[in-house]
Amino acid sequence: MILRGLLILAYAFLYIPIAVMIVFSFNASKLVTVWGGFSTKWYGELLHDEKVLDAAWLSLKVALASATLATVLGTLAAVVLVRFTRFFGRTLFTGMVTAPLVMPEVITGLSLLLLFVAMEAAFGWPAGRSVTTIVLAHATFSLAFVTVVVRSRLATMDRSLEEAAMDLGARPLKVFLTITLPLIAPSLLAGWLLAFTLSIDDVVISAFVSGPGATPLPIVIFSKVRLGVSPEINALATIVVAVVAVAMVVAGRVALRKDEARTG
Amino acid sequence: MTGRFGRFLVGLPPYAWLALFFLVPFLIVLKISLSEPSAGAPPYLPLWEWDEAGNLAFHFNPANYGMLFGDDLYLSAYLNSIRIAGISTLACLALGYPAAYAIARAPLAWRQSLLLLVALPFWTSFLIRVYAWIGILKTEGMLNAVLLWAGVISEPLQILQTDLAVIIGMTYSYLPFMVLPLYATLEKMDLTLLEAAADLGCRPFKAFLAVTLPLSMPGVIAGSLLVFIPAVGEYVIPDLLGGPDTLMIGKVLWAEFFDNRDWPVASAVAIAMLVLLVAPIMIIQNARTKAEEKAEGRTGR
Repeated sequence: MILRGLLILAYAFLYIPIAVMIVFSFNASKLVTVWGGFSTKWYGELLHDEKVLDAAWLSLKVALASATLATVLGTLAAVVLVRFTRFFGRTLFTGMVTAPLVMPEVITGLSLLLLFVAMEAAFGWPAGRSVTTIVLAHATFSLAFVTVVVRSRLATMDRSLEEAAMDLGARPLKVFLTITLPLIAPSLLAGWLLAFTLSIDDVVISAFVSGPGATPLPIVIFSKVRLGVSPEINALATIVVAVVAVAMVVAGRVALRKDEARTG
Repeated sequence: MTGRFGRFLVGLPPYAWLALFFLVPFLIVLKISLSEPSAGAPPYLPLWEWDEAGNLAFHFNPANYGMLFGDDLYLSAYLNSIRIAGISTLACLALGYPAAYAIARAPLAWRQSLLLLVALPFWTSFLIRVYAWIGILKTEGMLNAVLLWAGVISEPLQILQTDLAVIIGMTYSYLPFMVLPLYATLEKMDLTLLEAAADLGCRPFKAFLAVTLPLSMPGVIAGSLLVFIPAVGEYVIPDLLGGPDTLMIGKVLWAEFFDNRDWPVASAVAIAMLVLLVAPIMIIQNARTKAEEKAEGRTGR
């Protein structure tokens, strides 16, 4: 009984702040803590804020590109970790794949920026800080998360189908593309979504590697938030939460349906 | 995936990518942390160069590290980061352990949904979740309003812009990282051990201390490190919820880099932070590798 109470307390702690923010995004009053009646005017204002819309578009593009890149590289890394038990520098490789999971973001951001500056000085590429540098940085830190998700799926999957295909003479690449990949597809989708949300949410690393010409949405939100709470930010935050929630539900359904189609 | 060449082709892209974008950057940070600041762009001098005579000349500048030890600001930021991250970790444990335990002992049909409810906030924007606390914690915010209304306090408390607000924000943001590994160990636990303890006359609370707690230690350690390591270097939470005198190492690094444009000192701060975190990072990696190899050994080939 006490246990159940504590669990409910933990959920309240997790969800009340988000609920409060959503409620106050519909507040007619400019004062964020005084309820002044229901209104959707802040959403209207948001739609005319050119800076926010540009930043949102940029963030979307960056997230699509970096999540895709991270999924390809992360899946390859997971295959290497699960299937190749012995190779040169395995310990180093394992370390490089898992360390970004816990690395403080200020360190990742600083180190990547210094790399880009050094690369530009040496080869003239990437020129300045732009969409390219943000995509490269985001792909690098979200790769590790994709690897974790795909790795656990790959490690627990049934290998008898692969063996059967192999016995029937299929080449390794064909086995991977026609048997393995469809079997681990839900984890690829989950990994891609995780990488997408990590990218579209990132402030610290973006602050280091973005330039004046390319400002992603979280940076815009962050600079507004530093000035204090505003109903417009509440509205923007509510939209972000809603989009993520819808994406999660859709992805969950897709993954579930695939699972059902396979097992039953 | 047989054939050496095929393996090489699969392994090369992630290996090369991580070496270039993860390993090399650290070496560059190390290099720049030893170089001299300059007014130009980039704002540091090369660590080595060839002089006219064709000799290699080094310009080591250990003064960046000297500053870290010499100036109280850095040392107290360092210690304060450890303190705030430590308290937040304990708070996550205090809140997360009962939650994970309750989920692990809930009816099987419920567990997935309960777990999803813990993980879901992690999928919504981190920045926005921290921001949501500003409206709750500020002087004229919701928490003070509720406490005043309930008669617990007679005048509003100053919570926002204190270390307490930072600790609340950290606990909130990192709670899922604590609950998930704890759940994983508690769920796997062999419940017959508890039955045996009860049959032998052990009281539930004592059985918890003697059986459950020791068995869940891997989860406690993994969860604590997953909270502690990123919390030490946190920037967004102390910046938004803390006050001007909330010193944390992540904030110092940020200020050195963006406000003072002192890249060498910012790099030295980063290296100092890594030195602090390298032991916990190694522990978590070893634990993870062991756990995964065990799982792969059991269900794999």
